[in-house]
Amino acid sequence: MANQVNRLFASQLWVANVGVDVFYHAVLAQHVPAVQVDWRPPAGGDARMAEILAKLRDL
Amino acid sequence: MITKNQVRKNLYFDSVTLMVASSKMREMPGIGNAAVMMGTDHNRALMTAAGLIGPDTEPFGVNDTVVGILAESESAADAAIAYFDEFLNKKKSDTASAEKRVKTLTAAKSGAPESNFAVISVPGRFARAEAEKALALGYHVLLFSDNVSLQDEVELKHIAVEKGLLMMGPDCGTTIINGTALGFANVVRRGKIGLVAAAGTGLQEVTVLIDTLGEGITQALGTGGRDLKEEVGGLMMTLCLEALQNDPDTEVIVILSKPPAQSVMKKMLAQLEQVDKPVIAAFLGGDPALLEGSRVAYAKDLESAARLGVLAAQGRPLVLEDDSAAEIEELARRECALLGPEQKYLRGLYSGGTLCYEAMLLLEELGVKSWSNIAIDKKYLIEGSEASSENTLLDMGEDFFTNGMPHPMIDFRQRVDRMEKESADPGVAVLLLDCVCGYGTHEDPAGELAPAIRKAKKTAEEAGRHLTVIASVTGTETDPQPRSQQIRTLEEAGAIVLPCNAQASKLAAAIIQRQSAR
Repeated sequence: MANQVNRLFASQLWVANVGVDVFYHAVLAQHVPAVQVDWRPPAGGDARMAEILAKLRDL
Repeated sequence: MITKNQVRKNLYFDSVTLMVASSKMREMPGIGNAAVMMGTDHNRALMTAAGLIGPDTEPFGVNDTVVGILAESESAADAAIAYFDEFLNKKKSDTASAEKRVKTLTAAKSGAPESNFAVISVPGRFARAEAEKALALGYHVLLFSDNVSLQDEVELKHIAVEKGLLMMGPDCGTTIINGTALGFANVVRRGKIGLVAAAGTGLQEVTVLIDTLGEGITQALGTGGRDLKEEVGGLMMTLCLEALQNDPDTEVIVILSKPPAQSVMKKMLAQLEQVDKPVIAAFLGGDPALLEGSRVAYAKDLESAARLGVLAAQGRPLVLEDDSAAEIEELARRECALLGPEQKYLRGLYSGGTLCYEAMLLLEELGVKSWSNIAIDKKYLIEGSEASSENTLLDMGEDFFTNGMPHPMIDFRQRVDRMEKESADPGVAVLLLDCVCGYGTHEDPAGELAPAIRKAKKTAEEAGRHLTVIASVTGTETDPQPRSQQIRTLEEAGAIVLPCNAQASKLAAAIIQRQSAR
């Protein structure tokens, strides 16, 4: 099952950074392609509402 | 002092961005304290306790950014707020000019189907959902977030293993994939050594040492600190070892961790019996007997792990010579000649948890027992809030110090304050420090420590004492903060800089042993 990991080792690393954007800039500074996901708390940070939304998505 | 606060409605920033802004504001003239935080309940409590907000603060919620300032004057407070606005504007223009920004992981994947790796650092309570989404989209994951439950970790890792994907973390700070440093990690030469670690700064220290010894690495994989616990069963360790075994570029495997749970150890050793490459393992604090009868070479500390790895990569016998002993003895003799007989103790102030742990083990082995907030022997456990006593080692990246505060690798204030306190203690002979460089950390760690070292030495000097400051730099020449420059800065401030933390700890031990005998 490690084949996916070995495939990664043999591929160009391509990063999606979710959250703290210091890490996004660090990846870019190393000339590695990256995209920043500008994450915001779901349901305006209301954890219970977020849970309900996640459950709805699963239906 | 006056208090000034402001609420910015519906404005979200990640905690690191806000911590950086807060730190800069605190350094401004006339500012006693300042913090900018998202309006969560936890942050509300912190800001209230610090007196930065009060009953007359405008109501706010979790979606709002809250600014709190304690200042000597109205104008100083206004200047800090003006600085924050400027900081935000710059941030917005940087954001606008950045090439690729999207709102969701799904959008990231559809915009760049070739993207293959997700670095996730959202607040802990949202981390599982994001990691699960990433795995479903086929991403390998580095989960930097902490405060993720053990159950969530187990479930995420099962999903990942089923898909053959990496799920590193939670609380995984360091990884190097295909030569790229992710999280807190260093720029390390490519080579033949592959590493797996359940110990963040341990992985930084060993990869850096491999680089300074002239060898290089293939991959440095972090599993998160709990992977080798019974409950997680080493799910990621198993996958990573399999990948390194299959990787044609990896000729030597190095494993770093605290001692695994017994059942996990058994499973791991069985897996390693099938590996046809040299394997070196440092199970910090573990009994060498753990590896007896196995084909795995035992390394007692991080330095030994790096040096054995390099010897194996060079096809040389795995025999370590203690070539630093004479130099350490000479340095200890020289320093003790300057110290007074009443100066018997050391104070270690660390930003790297594994480095602090390594120092504690080495000191103990050399007969120097230390109090610590991460002590294994509960008898020697102290809280971060307690004053140091006798020999004390503090991991300042532990929860007590980071609760609502930036990590000490980013913000040096707490460490600098503590250095000042320790230097005023007439019983103290040695300050022992780490200086961790690389991506993710402060842009000039030695530059932050240097003035504090000078001040500590001066405080001691004014009281008629010499103070020995010992440090090591976890950084390479190719890091954003070049190693030689960092060493020079520390040395110019009066520190003795050893090549690694293990040697720095040994010097500290040698001095304390001599001082105790006086």
